Amino acid sequence: MSEEKKYVLVEHEKPWRYEEEGYTVTRGSAWTGPGCHLGCGVLMYTNDEGKLVKVEGDPENPFNKGRLCVRCLDLPEVTNSDKRLLYPMKRDKDKRGKNEFERISWDEALDDIEAKFNEIADSSGPESIVFLQGTGRDIASWISRLAWSFGSPNYGFPLSGLACYLPRVSGMMSTTGSFWVCDCSQQFVDRYDNEQYEVPEVMILWGNNPLISNSDGFFGHWVTDLMKRGMKIITVDPRMTWLGRRAEVNLAIRPGTDAALALGMLNVIINEELYDKEFVDKWCYGFDELCKRVQEYPVEKVANICWLEAEDIRMAARAFGNAKNGCIQWGLAVDMVREALPAIQAIAAIYQICGYIEKPGCMIAPPEILFYGGGFGSDLLTPEQEAKRIGLQKYPLLHHGFATLQADEMMAQMETADPYAIKGAWLQTTNTIACMGADPKRFYNAARNLDIVVCIDLFMTPTIMALADYVLPAATFPERDGIRVGDGPQRGETINKCTSVGECRSDMEINLELGRRFNPSAWPWKDVQEMFSAVYDGTGYDFKGMREIAPAYPQFSYDRHAKGMLRQDGQPGFNTPTGRIELWATQYANADLDPLPYFGEPDPGPTSTPELLNEYPLILTTGARNWGMFHSEHRNIPRLRAMRPDPIIEVHPEAASEYGLKDGDWVWVENQRGRAKRKVQITTVLLNSKYCSTDHAWWYPEGDPEKLFDVFDLNINNSVPWVPGKSGFGSNYKCMLVKLYKVKDGE
Amino acid sequence: MAEKSGILIDYDWCTGCHSCEMACQMEFGFPVGQSGVKVFQVGPWQIDERKWQYSFMPVFTDMCTLCAERAAKGKLPSCVQHCQADCMKYGSLEDLVKEVSSHNKQVLYAI
Ligand code: SF4
Ligand code: SF4
Ligand code: SF4
Repeated sequence: MSEEKKYVLVEHEKPWRYEEEGYTVTRGSAWTGPGCHLGCGVLMYTNDEGKLVKVEGDPENPFNKGRLCVRCLDLPEVTNSDKRLLYPMKRDKDKRGKNEFERISWDEALDDIEAKFNEIADSSGPESIVFLQGTGRDIASWISRLAWSFGSPNYGFPLSGLACYLPRVSGMMSTTGSFWVCDCSQQFVDRYDNEQYEVPEVMILWGNNPLISNSDGFFGHWVTDLMKRGMKIITVDPRMTWLGRRAEVNLAIRPGTDAALALGMLNVIINEELYDKEFVDKWCYGFDELCKRVQEYPVEKVANICWLEAEDIRMAARAFGNAKNGCIQWGLAVDMVREALPAIQAIAAIYQICGYIEKPGCMIAPPEILFYGGGFGSDLLTPEQEAKRIGLQKYPLLHHGFATLQADEMMAQMETADPYAIKGAWLQTTNTIACMGADPKRFYNAARNLDIVVCIDLFMTPTIMALADYVLPAATFPERDGIRVGDGPQRGETINKCTSVGECRSDMEINLELGRRFNPSAWPWKDVQEMFSAVYDGTGYDFKGMREIAPAYPQFSYDRHAKGMLRQDGQPGFNTPTGRIELWATQYANADLDPLPYFGEPDPGPTSTPELLNEYPLILTTGARNWGMFHSEHRNIPRLRAMRPDPIIEVHPEAASEYGLKDGDWVWVENQRGRAKRKVQITTVLLNSKYCSTDHAWWYPEGDPEKLFDVFDLNINNSVPWVPGKSGFGSNYKCMLVKLYKVKDGE
Repeated sequence: MAEKSGILIDYDWCTGCHSCEMACQMEFGFPVGQSGVKVFQVGPWQIDERKWQYSFMPVFTDMCTLCAERAAKGKLPSCVQHCQADCMKYGSLEDLVKEVSSHNKQVLYAI
């Protein structure tokens, strides 16, 4: 096991499982369900009946150093909830929408699903079943392998424009060959004290409030850790946040204009020569073309577009460009605009031309054990089947990043059966009609015509009630074994089973059991532990070995591009056609897209459709997260629901007085496509009287199941169409024109 | 007499994450809404062109026992351990009194 030397380990005082005053304590990673993008170190306490009674942070784990957010602290309430799905169920297809499920055994459920899926594969081809996932639950590796081993290329997310993370992944993979994250020392076991590490001088938080919304494997309070160590921050946010109030400058951008702001900042950094000439000369491609392009975005023009002060844009650009080192933590907001790809390209170019790449406190390519959205079983699919992946012909950038279908094309194909009919859906970890799906009624209507729908989840959801013929109950993380190969720098981390609930099985156990029925040679492992050991092949550890020592940190050094560590062929440079960071993107040009970043006005929007402003005067941004809820989850967990009992729309005091609204009023938030019910909260966090902001993914678990828990009254995506950007990536979830009016009695 | 303990809050860093409240609720099984510590929000309002008031403050209630049992085992109070902004410090009042004046925006709770 000489490979072990490659890992740097934590000193553990106790084994991974030990006794403490009548309780058994199990150490492990907190990864899903319920959903989260992290996987903090936890100590799970179970009593003599094997029931989970308490979750504490693991002070030995360098990732979170003993800290936890409210969702993991409250986990016993989730795991032991009397609302959990406890056993498999079925329901006649013609009873979809009726609360008439019937308990069945696992064997019956899996036998039926196997038979019906095989029947469809024989008559219509395996590609006619789509395998869809949500976000944040440990599923991508397993559901994609299930789809591919079945013979379907159609694994994906039912999200217009795949507008969450995937645009950034695809954009970065095709222009730089890697994804990039802020260096917060997360790759070092000794964290901020590591001798190679330096605190970033400036971090830009762009469209992300990481304290509440921690994506990309980024523990939000690393930002406060770093601020205490001297880091300055700049925020880009239409709302004032706790971080915004502590920023050097907060750019209260008009939602959806991020590309323009980034191009304006590039204009300053280039024209004032604040960029790193040596880095650009040596490692970037297409700088002259980018220089020309940014001349189209002088700061005054950009300030007009973004509804910002020109001076603030200059101040932000100079603070970042003049820094010794810096990084940009970006969020979902940059994906959730139709022309997301050029926005992503422009924002990334800011740190790229500053040379803040692979240096301490800059941007680093996260070390990886498994590329979890495309690396585990992609060889199982024949080229002939792969060519049938929905959207691949139309949107060639789907070749880069996650190997998913394109969701807007899927939506249309469900309706038109062109070029082939979709017959079945496997919905694992997605509550599509409450959360991800745009225009949820459209998805609902199309999915109701499918021959078979199988849902796998923790709780009853509107999606299950509306659509499922078979329901399989999934486990929360204390009920399962697992390995954490997810977002951000990967390390050897295990998820360790310490309790059981009902007949629930883990997502990957379900996929292994069904997968080997379809294709035994693709799933040769006797159990999930063996499967995890196979993924760890090459690390020098098997699952049980890793469990003892986890977390295990791969050795890390900076400047990997110079050392030939970022390309498969071992040459210096980046994994792109030119071997450089492509400011002018070869792959975009090959896909008939503009190879340079540009700004496309959100449409509808105040500039592109001014004629709509009379009717729809406000700009709505959606999806700002709350401490206690992960997307559509946690509405049925009392302690967490108490933190956010109602779906809220934040309204500026001037707008409230103009439209005669008071705090606590119930309103319809409406655009030309649809409406959703919200409770008004009047607040000055909105930095422009035209902005309003609401949380997403609402449904009432306490509501009537046969009214689908009021989801069609509450889902803000009623207002979002299935229209992606030119590249197939990006969609306007976060920049809409709306009006507000009071809900009438009885509505 | 046993040494008296307290909790020092560097409240300029409190982000309002509510982990302290939830940690306490779960440690003691308190009902929804009740806890040994409760977090209050002050703001947001704008003070001048660049400055905003927007802060949080944890306040200890009559239900707080300073986690005496945990202390006996050598563990930190649950709220202190889980504080995401790492802005709570548990210790002897004698030591914390010295520390409270080290910089602005700190409060010391003698509980
Ligand atoms: S961020 Fe919160 S929910 Fe996610 S793993 Fe950490 S403590 Fe758990
Ligand atoms: S010290 Fe213990 S009892 Fe007091 S608030 Fe904190 S967790 Fe609750
Ligand atoms: S846990 Fe810490 S940061 Fe969070 S609200 Fe309590 S005191 Fe503030």
